Amino acid sequence: MRAIRPKLRSHAKEHIVTIDTDSAPRLMFSGENIIMEDLPVGTRVIYPNRPMTPVANPKATIRYALNHPEDSEPLHALLQPGMKVTIAVDDISMPLPIMRTPDVRQIVLEIVCEMLADHGVDDVHIIIALGLHRRMHDWEIKRMVGDKVWDEFWPDRLYNHDGCDPDGMVLLGKTPHGELVEMNRRVAESDLTIYVNLNFVPMNGGHKSMAVGLCGYESLKAHHHPKAIVESSSYMDPPKSFLSHSFKRQGDLVEKTLKVFHIETVLNNRCFDGPLSFLNKNEDDFSETDRLKFQAMKWTLDKLPFAARREIFMRTPAAYELIACYAGACDPVHSRTLQKQNEQNVVDVQGQADILLMGIPYISPYNVNSKALNPLLVQVMALGYFYHMYRNQPLLRDGGVLILTHPCSDRFDPVHHPSYIEFFNRILTETTDAYTIETKYQDELAYNPSYVEMYRRGNAYHGAHPCFMWYWGQRGREKTSRVICVGADNATVPAIMGWETAGSIAEAIAMARGTMGRSAQITMMHHPPYMISDVT
Amino acid sequence: MHRASPKYKHSAAFYDVDGTLIKINIVHAFAYYQARHPSLIESAVRTIKTGASIPVFWAADKLSRKWFNEIFYRQYEGASEDRLVVLAEELFEDVVKPNIYARAKDLIDESRRAGVRQVLISGALDFTMRPLARYLGVDDLIANKLEFVDHYATGKLQKPFVAGATKADIMRAYAKQHDIDLAESWAYTDSFSDYPMLAVVGHPTACNPDFRLRSLARSYDWPVLDLDEEPDRAASRRPQGLARVPRQIRRHSPEN
Repeated sequence: MRAIRPKLRSHAKEHIVTIDTDSAPRLMFSGENIIMEDLPVGTRVIYPNRPMTPVANPKATIRYALNHPEDSEPLHALLQPGMKVTIAVDDISMPLPIMRTPDVRQIVLEIVCEMLADHGVDDVHIIIALGLHRRMHDWEIKRMVGDKVWDEFWPDRLYNHDGCDPDGMVLLGKTPHGELVEMNRRVAESDLTIYVNLNFVPMNGGHKSMAVGLCGYESLKAHHHPKAIVESSSYMDPPKSFLSHSFKRQGDLVEKTLKVFHIETVLNNRCFDGPLSFLNKNEDDFSETDRLKFQAMKWTLDKLPFAARREIFMRTPAAYELIACYAGACDPVHSRTLQKQNEQNVVDVQGQADILLMGIPYISPYNVNSKALNPLLVQVMALGYFYHMYRNQPLLRDGGVLILTHPCSDRFDPVHHPSYIEFFNRILTETTDAYTIETKYQDELAYNPSYVEMYRRGNAYHGAHPCFMWYWGQRGREKTSRVICVGADNATVPAIMGWETAGSIAEAIAMARGTMGRSAQITMMHHPPYMISDVT
Repeated sequence: MHRASPKYKHSAAFYDVDGTLIKINIVHAFAYYQARHPSLIESAVRTIKTGASIPVFWAADKLSRKWFNEIFYRQYEGASEDRLVVLAEELFEDVVKPNIYARAKDLIDESRRAGVRQVLISGALDFTMRPLARYLGVDDLIANKLEFVDHYATGKLQKPFVAGATKADIMRAYAKQHDIDLAESWAYTDSFSDYPMLAVVGHPTACNPDFRLRSLARSYDWPVLDLDEEPDRAASRRPQGLARVPRQIRRHSPEN
């Protein structure tokens, strides 16, 4: 590697670096590997903010939140001996990568369960509010909730939500917009529900917790459709998100019908630390040690087989830390949560990009502990989540070119994603039109008895889940002129999704400049950890 | 709970039985009959003979399902019809019922709930399958029939034999007769020898598949369903690629 002159950055704008002739090459994830690429002079690289200082005492912070809630009586005041309480808790789709133990949900659960026991509340169930995600494996649940809660509640009073259980779901009603609201029966029949949320992105938490985490397929259909995605600009900006408005309508009905006490936690973005902390750095600031670490890591990853590389990443949990906890009524709690989260994740960016570069990492919310990031999930990361990580206006201007790095291998986890395989190989080869898929194929996959069985008693995502993943990228597909995949190990998979391929970043940029012109503004999003661009 | 009206009015789910819905096969049923002879000595002799014949049955099955049928069902020659039928109920209670896969009934219930017609299609004998069909609540049973003359088995099967490619033919005929759209139907089997029945439907599913069928299912992107896994056991499976971590460790968090 060539000698690199450290580049000075002013603190205020340290999250944006403009590539110069002597700038270091930039590090990008490409699935289960990392690449180092020289970028053209003038390219803007956007980094996440530095991790915020964590709270000194997480347990005290949580206890304070429970005793000083927003627009609600303290939790202890809501408890009476003999009452029926259900605790709903987010699944491990967040945070990414999974966090070190103790998981923040464990800390909250231990405090809440202790408080319930102290107040003579014995009829307590803990439900993993996974919506139509896959059932969590028992070892995943144990890791998430900790030994104490596990030993006391598993398996009779600690279990996964089942959105397809005809006896386990009830219909709460319809919103004024005609959206159905289904609810887990145990929750609907409880005197009090306590929702323990781990908030990682702005689209999560708030009314989504109850309305989606504990719902069934028919109520999810109300907002998980292509039109909702296209009309959300973006879905990471709740006031401008069709999805959030729909969640709110459903959530309002839930709150009107049921007594719910919300607990939301916010984490900082300390994704890597220890020997991997160099991955958080600006490459211009790399020390000799950092470069050696990178070279060693790169050499190892290049030599290892795919499964081994994946195992290494999956066994490296993130060092996230608690930065805030709020409790009480849904709206005020979520409003404070978003404020704190934005403080950590929002970066100011001036002007849109014509060409947007992004490395796609090995993980998404839907492949934690799976065998691969399958092509549909690569798509949802690029055109869904990363494209939508903006406020005000998109980072990539309409008609711009999106360049991503990922091998796009034809790999699926048949246990976690069985319906994805059929969706990708049968349906997507017939049509890529999300609206046609919604009307023609979605219900077919949703009510396919094999997939229902795999969702309810196996560990599979719901049959219709791949359709939602395709819709998730609909706005990105409609607003970009070209998507170019760099480093794909085959041409078929990108072609099925309507993408072009390039052998290198340089080739991809040359192709993109063919559309956008020589003077096109190029921007790279440097993640993980993720950031939200406030584009003015 | 609100649920969309079933869309599968013209669909059927065809289930192979041995190895797919139950852990045992037709040889178990035969051995049960042989061991239930009125004479104790005769029962013992017949049981030993059955045990000794297993390698022959296995070899015949590997070479040709037709040979296997000819050799295997010849063992029933001379058995009285009423005895076979009466013992079939006991066979179900004692042998078949405890060996139904944990999730088999759940699968059939899900399928029925979706409005799909339920059909068992088995190479086993019809009278041994009837109690199972009744228990699972399926709509129809298609199985092999022994030929009887004066209520005694001749040791031959009535044609067509329900096996291999013939299963697919029978399914086509059944579909025509009952206005079933095979493209909107399901087939479930555990064995590569039943590939034809998977090939004629729109939604083939490999259930507890043998190695060849599992490979085929991977190649053709068919779903693979492991009904033999208890829901709790299924939940403890660690799908991650590398390394067979010892079970005790595997059930804990990676860094523990």
